[in-house]
Amino acid sequence: MVDIDAAYAVISRSPSQRVMRRLFGSGIPWWSLLIFGLVVVAAIGGESIAPHDPNGLDLGAAFKPPSWLEGGSLDYLLGTDNLGRDIFSRIIAGARVTLTVAIYAIVISGGIGALIGMIAGYFGKTIDAIIMRLVDIQMSIPSLALALVIATVLSPSLTTVIVVISITYWTWYARIIRGEILSLKERDYVALAKVAGCSTPSIFARHLLPNILNTLLVLASLQVGQVIIFEASLSFLGLGIQSPDVSWGLMLADARNYITNAWWAITLPGVAIMLTCLSANLIGDWLRDTLDPKRRQL
Amino acid sequence: MTDAAIVPAFRPKPPLLKVENLKTYLYLNRGVVRAVDGVDLEVAEGETLGIVGESGSGKTMTSLSMLRLLPKPSGRIVEGSITLDGIDLVKLSEDEMVRDWRGRRISMVSQDPLTSLNPVFSIGDQVGAPFRYHHLAKGRGAVREAVEAVLARVRIPSPAKRIDDYPHQFSGGMRQRVVTAMAIACSPRLLIADEPTSALDVTIQVQMMELFRELQRDSGVGIIMITHDLGVAAGICHRVAVMYAGRVVESGDVREIFRNPAHPYTRGLLNSIPHLGRKRRRLEAIAGQPPSLIDPPRGCRFAARCPQKMARCDDYPPQFEVSTGHRAACWLAEPRP
Amino acid sequence: MLSYVLRRLMHGVVSIIGASILIFVISRMSGDPIVLLLPVDAPQAAIDAMRETMGLDRPIWVQYLIFAGKALTGDFGNSYRWQMPALNLVLDRLPATIELAFAALLFSIALAVPLGVLSAVHRGGWIDTIGKGFAMLGQAMPGFWVGLLLILIFSVQLNWLPAFGSGGISHIILPAIALGWYPVAAQTRIIRSAMLDVLDSDYIRMGRALGAPERLLVWKYAFRNAAVPLVTVLGVYFASMLGGAFVVEVIFAWPGLGRTVVEAVFARDFPVVQAGVLFTSILFVVSNLLVDLSYGLIDPRIRHG
Repeated sequence: MVDIDAAYAVISRSPSQRVMRRLFGSGIPWWSLLIFGLVVVAAIGGESIAPHDPNGLDLGAAFKPPSWLEGGSLDYLLGTDNLGRDIFSRIIAGARVTLTVAIYAIVISGGIGALIGMIAGYFGKTIDAIIMRLVDIQMSIPSLALALVIATVLSPSLTTVIVVISITYWTWYARIIRGEILSLKERDYVALAKVAGCSTPSIFARHLLPNILNTLLVLASLQVGQVIIFEASLSFLGLGIQSPDVSWGLMLADARNYITNAWWAITLPGVAIMLTCLSANLIGDWLRDTLDPKRRQL
Repeated sequence: MTDAAIVPAFRPKPPLLKVENLKTYLYLNRGVVRAVDGVDLEVAEGETLGIVGESGSGKTMTSLSMLRLLPKPSGRIVEGSITLDGIDLVKLSEDEMVRDWRGRRISMVSQDPLTSLNPVFSIGDQVGAPFRYHHLAKGRGAVREAVEAVLARVRIPSPAKRIDDYPHQFSGGMRQRVVTAMAIACSPRLLIADEPTSALDVTIQVQMMELFRELQRDSGVGIIMITHDLGVAAGICHRVAVMYAGRVVESGDVREIFRNPAHPYTRGLLNSIPHLGRKRRRLEAIAGQPPSLIDPPRGCRFAARCPQKMARCDDYPPQFEVSTGHRAACWLAEPRP
Repeated sequence: MLSYVLRRLMHGVVSIIGASILIFVISRMSGDPIVLLLPVDAPQAAIDAMRETMGLDRPIWVQYLIFAGKALTGDFGNSYRWQMPALNLVLDRLPATIELAFAALLFSIALAVPLGVLSAVHRGGWIDTIGKGFAMLGQAMPGFWVGLLLILIFSVQLNWLPAFGSGGISHIILPAIALGWYPVAAQTRIIRSAMLDVLDSDYIRMGRALGAPERLLVWKYAFRNAAVPLVTVLGVYFASMLGGAFVVEVIFAWPGLGRTVVEAVFARDFPVVQAGVLFTSILFVVSNLLVDLSYGLIDPRIRHG
């Protein structure tokens, strides 16, 4: 029977749809991979590939506009800040911090969250109720607020940021993985494994984990953008990365002081954040669509 | 299972609705689906025409075409005319359809009364809606009165008390009555009932059929009853059109068709009805599947499944007159020279 | 309905209690707050004496009970930095934050609803495409950066709107936009998705079959149904805005709770941090509760049973 409801799949698409398809496609998001790849390269290369020392002060070269504007030069591709530091170099340096935090935070929060979620989902009943209640309680505190409480206690640093973000985000993974486990544990092979005398950790590792890997991967990729923004926010507030380390959020905080003198200092690092997040989100969306077509958004 | 005592004999009247060579295609990614491929139908005033067929035969698409409610943007009426009271609905603009026809002169009741009613609005609001759209009652008081009147017509007990209730507070049968009330509110000329009882208990089915008969007696509305259930067709329809793969393969007076089915598909349908009291070892299902409507066969579309297939069937048979008013598109029905 | 309300209330209370425990425990992890209060070279006796007065020598759960007991009477201790009761400080600044969060919510709805509904109605059209692109960008831009850009454009370059402080509509516009920006993307998506579902439903088709004008169908009949998932989301996003408000208040020097808490964090002013975050959580839980209760108003099925 021709499903009347499926009639949205038409032969012709509107012009704007075609443009979107061309740009963002339903296939592999090449642009996003490119941009994110550049960020990765910058993170790995760090200072060694930057044209200038990110912390090199040169007051004589302060407030130089970006190279394509009048007064700018190719020497300082994206201009300089109030202390004469090359913005382009600082952006490259900041990439390392951004990705380091993102990777650590996601791995830790994802790992802990997934484990707790598996425990809750698998053992069910009381343990599940307790764990979910804890999740609820933690989630009743807005994440940035919670981060602030933790930041009061720890002194600001890269490690602090990673700890804060990990503590804030594990609940998200826990909830979703628990849901998955709840449906998975009814499957036959789990029952069979139990009957065969498989130990619980082994069931977790051999039977449950492989099946949630897809979901975990999708979740993680969708989290990257949020984590990057969260780190930037913390650093902006001064509770994260501190000088002489470079973070895009920190750059924006500095630039705020001389916003009237150098609009590029407050714009460009933000653009870096935006492009990184955007590409991460698009890659995440693509992964989600590839790994779980049921959840595709039309 | 015919009920000759209830359905009066067919008497010719001027046609209220005349569908001629209707072709409705769906333009999808995977190809063009010829959902309705050359259908002719007629309904007279006060008459009930049954359209019988399996899923995918095109019966629902035919009714949607009549209402010009095809899925956008893939559905299109490619050819043909749908003439109601002398006006060709295919030629009308959308504005005209909305203003003067839908809900006013032509109306529909569909299968699932639960989903046909908006859960967050009272039934008073929903039944009152057609009165408001077509300006048949002005002002809250008048609309309310009209709603109570039509709810009484469909035999909903204490309409005044229930007018502010919500759909979930009604039983399935009552809900279908409410939907029927919405459909007949403006006294349409033609009512299309698309499997109106499939989602209901058998006992409620009987009540609904009785309701439709009553409404028809009182107002002379023409009814098209779409169903896959021959029993329903036999119980309420005056005439029946059997559809298969987008075309009408047989049509005529209901008792005539039941007594003397000319098309092998119709025969197959009748054979697959279980009969109480008759010993039969197996239900005879019709083997095979309907053909794809994207690239339908050039000849008779039932040929692949037909137990009486001949070489002739590679050419599509025209409608042959089996007896007065009874036609079938089958070479077997060709009058012998 | 009543049991539903009671159950949700209980849930909320438990959440708040739990949150207070969590906040308390984390605060106490910093080690010795005494160090902050006394000069570096204070004699051990003085340190011990202070510890006893502040009850820091008791087991932690006792300390919590003392804290909770005092909190219930409104005593959150005195702010180290501002020399006034922490509670008063918090309550003084709270309304400004609520005001900002509401304004931001209004802004996000004003943008998301038309975008979402129109995207659904004209599915595949240019507005749908723009909406999607907008949504994608919106989710990639940090709220504080949006705030900074707004200041750059509207205050510095164009000089149309003030960059900081409060006191009138012109002062709340930019912070509200900066704060309400992030959820627009997700809200638009949800509204669009809900509308698509509803527009596809049998009862909307029935409405069409009865000759309803399309605009009425969309805005009266369809939207009311789509509003239910929207309201859920509103609650969630109002809550997340409470968190985002912290940063926005700092940028725009908005005299709200967020800015106060951030300053308190720098000053290691525990009483204020505790009270401030706890009240933020209370606000969060209460707004979620209100959202849940509002379902009863929108969806009659819940009201009746």
